[in-house]
Amino acid sequence: MTQANANNKMVVKLLIIVVGMFGFGFALVPLYDVFCDIAGINGKTENSAASYQSIEIDENRHVTVEFITRTNTGMPWEFRAETARVNVHPGELSTVNFYVRNPASTNIVAQAIPSVSPGTAALYLNKTECFCFNQQPLEAGAEAYMPMQFYVDPQLPEDITYFTLQYTLYDVTARAGDLKPKQNPFIVPQPETGK
Amino acid sequence: MSKATDIIAPGSAATDTHDDHHDHIPKGITRWLFTTNHKDIGTLYLWFAFIMFLVGGAMAMVIRAELFQPGLQIVEPNFFNQMTTVHGLIMVFGAVMPAFTGLANWLIPMMIGAPDMALPRMNNWSFWILPGAFLILLSSLFMEGGGPAFGWTFYAPLSTTYSNDSTGLFVFSVHIMGISSIMGAINVIVTIFNMRAPGMTWMKMPLFVWTWLITAFLLIAVMPVLAGAVTMVLTDKFFGTSFFDAAGGGDPVMFQHIFWFFGHPEVYIMILPAFGIISQIVPTFSRKKLFGYASMVYATASIALLSFVVWAHHMFTTGMPVYMEMFFMFATMLISVPTGVKVFNWVATMWRGSLTFEIPMMFAIAFIVLFTIGGLSGLMLAITPVDFQYHDTYFVVAHFHYVLVTGAVFSIMAAVYYWLPKWTGKMYDTGLAKWHFWCSLISVNVLFFPMHFVGLAGMPRRIPDYALQFADFNKWISLGGFAFGLSQLIFLALLIKACKKQGEPVSNQVWEGAEGLEWEIPSPAPYHTFETPPTVK
Repeated sequence: MTQANANNKMVVKLLIIVVGMFGFGFALVPLYDVFCDIAGINGKTENSAASYQSIEIDENRHVTVEFITRTNTGMPWEFRAETARVNVHPGELSTVNFYVRNPASTNIVAQAIPSVSPGTAALYLNKTECFCFNQQPLEAGAEAYMPMQFYVDPQLPEDITYFTLQYTLYDVTARAGDLKPKQNPFIVPQPETGK
Repeated sequence: MSKATDIIAPGSAATDTHDDHHDHIPKGITRWLFTTNHKDIGTLYLWFAFIMFLVGGAMAMVIRAELFQPGLQIVEPNFFNQMTTVHGLIMVFGAVMPAFTGLANWLIPMMIGAPDMALPRMNNWSFWILPGAFLILLSSLFMEGGGPAFGWTFYAPLSTTYSNDSTGLFVFSVHIMGISSIMGAINVIVTIFNMRAPGMTWMKMPLFVWTWLITAFLLIAVMPVLAGAVTMVLTDKFFGTSFFDAAGGGDPVMFQHIFWFFGHPEVYIMILPAFGIISQIVPTFSRKKLFGYASMVYATASIALLSFVVWAHHMFTTGMPVYMEMFFMFATMLISVPTGVKVFNWVATMWRGSLTFEIPMMFAIAFIVLFTIGGLSGLMLAITPVDFQYHDTYFVVAHFHYVLVTGAVFSIMAAVYYWLPKWTGKMYDTGLAKWHFWCSLISVNVLFFPMHFVGLAGMPRRIPDYALQFADFNKWISLGGFAFGLSQLIFLALLIKACKKQGEPVSNQVWEGAEGLEWEIPSPAPYHTFETPPTVK
């Protein structure tokens, strides 16, 4: 094998490493979520509805779930949980309403992003219904009560007796496409203002 | 390369002078534009790195002038942020990395007995795309709204949601820098694998070659990840993806994981070749063999491998679970073991050696002492609970400037003072060199040592203003900074004199205790060397 051939062969091998590592950089994106999911460390809850079937309620234990709401920088909505905290048995189904109002003069589409602390509790928080599964549009001045129904998995480790679920509301109007504010099922009917 | 007339007797390079007659060195600007000669390209890299060192240094002067006293007096905060950002980018990608690549180009073929780098045309490209990359980066400073102002680490969402349109130029220039580094690294690996002289077995390779080989593997492993990270920033900012945007299902903390997966090996990319340089210089002026050659090789490889599993120590305050913080804390501390092996080996090499203190040795000893200080402050930062206090303070600034300025930059200066006579054939102005050394040594410590104290006291980094109680220390720091900046002009004067070939001619060996193939060829090193490989005993 000549020197030039040997060099070319080696360059090809090294370029494969380079391309592979470039791909690995992007593979880190799904890997990150998978890893966080397995280890239960990022406080992210499932983004789809859980089923509530043959769940045994553990009457002997109580868990306190606290709700915190905040809006991202530049997001003008009012946003609060109707109930600050609930005390539930693991396995018990519970519903909490979240109030939103769009005080701006334009229609805005919002996306709520959940975060659970401590992060391990996120694995045991199952939502059967949540406004956070979809983008939520609101007309200027409109308000809505958005429900979130959940239960805590009875498998919840004994040492967790209290955890916090935080929702951050983001303005996603720019990327929302053409969601019609009228489609929002949770909207509170506005009284006629006599225009 | 194998024309019959070019063949010189193997092993006779030391005494051979008749090979000068085929040194047809091209003339004019095209010599430099079209060159495929490893020595020319090495020279280009080194001058480019030095110019970038001065440009990035000028930005540091702006930073220190603003911080000379509390309050805002010289520059706008936004411009201050651009200065810290571009200073970091230029020093990392424009000064330290190209300087090491320049040294690799000059030295690796001469050290392993090869006639040139394995891929000379790619070598030309990998240099000549660099000036373009930095022109793009620097020109972004003159755009409306200014250049990048989000720190050299370009954390999302600072670089996505909150940056201006010049981010596109930043991303493009980082891509080009990355391509340049990857091409350089591939060239180094292929050269070392395929072009060693007969008898130059792996464990006979000079340590500079070893450390660069390992560095080159780090480069091809992590520069593509950096390219991926900047690409994600680009598409998040301009094309509506949500890699790092929570609203779209992404995660800003993930940016930090991806960035530091590149970033931590990157800091070893900037220090492993320095270890190689010091391992060449210390034995020469101790007139002893390097103590623990094999352990040096294994320590370098261990540091490189460990560098892939410590990245999250940059992110202790992002809210990781305790067991992950513990893992990254102990993995980080583990790195001090192979690093300690190196420091002890250098000291053991000097132990009972016939020491002389020529300029390269002075820089090498300064490196060992001051790099160790930087290493120890790094060990402090590795302690998770302590890092919560030190995070984003001037203590961190002090730490990485000790390892990068008195570490990497001092090693590059040591290397230049060590091999410059071989390159030019003349001894440089040692009087000026001594001035350069002592001015740099004193001023660099006035500059960076007090940063430990203001950092421990809570002064945050990357802020153009600070609380009044830090005023006195900052005045000293700025004075040290100005003095260190001016000291480099002595170096510039010395280099210009050396390039004009002023000074006493030197022998082939140059330094009494120097060993290795590069000291067996004539001084100055002929344009073409080792066209017939030497035999290594």
